[in-house]
Amino acid sequence: MSYMKLIESMLAGQKRACAKLITAVENDPKEAEKIIREIHQYTGNAHIIGITGPPGAGKSTLTDKVVKALVNEGKRVGVIAIDPTSPYSGGSILGDRIRMQDLALNPNVFIRSMGTRGYLGGLSKYTKNALKILDAASYDYIIIETVGVGQSEVDIVKIADTIIMVMVPGLGDDIQSIKAGIMEIGDIFAVNKSDLFGADRTATEINMMLDLTMDMDRRPPVVKVVAVKNEGIGNLIKEIKDHMDYLKESGKFTERRKNNLKLEVVELIEEELRKIVISHTDKEERIDEEVIEILNKNKNIYEVRDEFLRALSS
Amino acid sequence: MKRPIRVLVAKPGLDGHDRGAKVIARALRDAGMEVIYTGLRQTPEQIVATAVQEDVDVIGLSLLSGAHNYLFPKVAELLKEQGVDDLLVIGGGVIPNEDIQGLKDAGIAEIFTPGTPTREMIDYIKNNLKR
Repeated sequence: MSYMKLIESMLAGQKRACAKLITAVENDPKEAEKIIREIHQYTGNAHIIGITGPPGAGKSTLTDKVVKALVNEGKRVGVIAIDPTSPYSGGSILGDRIRMQDLALNPNVFIRSMGTRGYLGGLSKYTKNALKILDAASYDYIIIETVGVGQSEVDIVKIADTIIMVMVPGLGDDIQSIKAGIMEIGDIFAVNKSDLFGADRTATEINMMLDLTMDMDRRPPVVKVVAVKNEGIGNLIKEIKDHMDYLKESGKFTERRKNNLKLEVVELIEEELRKIVISHTDKEERIDEEVIEILNKNKNIYEVRDEFLRALSS
Repeated sequence: MKRPIRVLVAKPGLDGHDRGAKVIARALRDAGMEVIYTGLRQTPEQIVATAVQEDVDVIGLSLLSGAHNYLFPKVAELLKEQGVDDLLVIGGGVIPNEDIQGLKDAGIAEIFTPGTPTREMIDYIKNNLKR
């Protein structure tokens, strides 16, 4: 199917076309390829913000407030809100929108919910593709709200320019803040629910953790907010903009985007290679048969790998 | 390519009873669907704007306040106005039998009243998608 008409309508600002294109790229890599080839030239202009943090930290509420503040400045904002997919049924409840429904009718806002569909990095497998559609649809800012993360869902670093790590008081002692993983990826730390007891301590612990890091050319700020009361949002917006200024002035902007594109291209090549290797063996079920051989200890995993690769070169 | 069925479960109007909508949302989730739940007190305009942005296959309207004869047809009308014709709209709640035909004439494909097994609704959705 040709997507030219939809793409034209999307570029002209039609939301339904934008939504249809997202559906296509979210579901089928072949269709995604057709579309992304056409829109590539229109992408790369949006400031991409990742909002991440543990479940219940207030990511959706904070997203709502950040979107409103940006829209009040006359900006166009796209949102991709991700919630988990059930590993059993494949279904999901996508409920992030509940906190953002008074934005539903705003002409300058587009909100899309996505299920992770088995993908584990805090995003869904094709979040990247959906992002490109919103980027081409000339939204100035695109906010990606990840699923509630635990300690190591850090894939947001592969697609966002600015990452806001949302923390709340009461999640654990100061050892939590020096562990590796999600605490390392924040460009800005937002301590939400900072009207609660323990908020100052949480902020202090994060600050201490940040002060321990030696080789940092920019120390991430820690901003206290109360998202439900819209408190501290002005500071947060300022920090978001300052971060973009820093990225551009330091050359990190291009560096980050280059690294991310490289990852993406390598991933695409790997996927194709995998298909080629599998299709070069005599039949589809070959790999299943080989697995039995490994299970029965007749072969080990590396022997099977080498056999597949030999099939490719012969 | 097989893609999950996407359903918007929406509560139009001022009615604050969402237990039923949540039970339905959960049942659809367990049937493998992606359910977008938007919470209470939505206007028909919000519901339609959400359905468009989320590109859902189905809108499920839940209402127990008695305002179904106004709010359900309004959703169907707004969809028509925006040229959305690939979307199944169904409704549920305490809807008197004598109102059902009128709602169907207004563009609501099916009405599910209290006591309907969730299985029946799931099968209905699967068999009546417009995509």
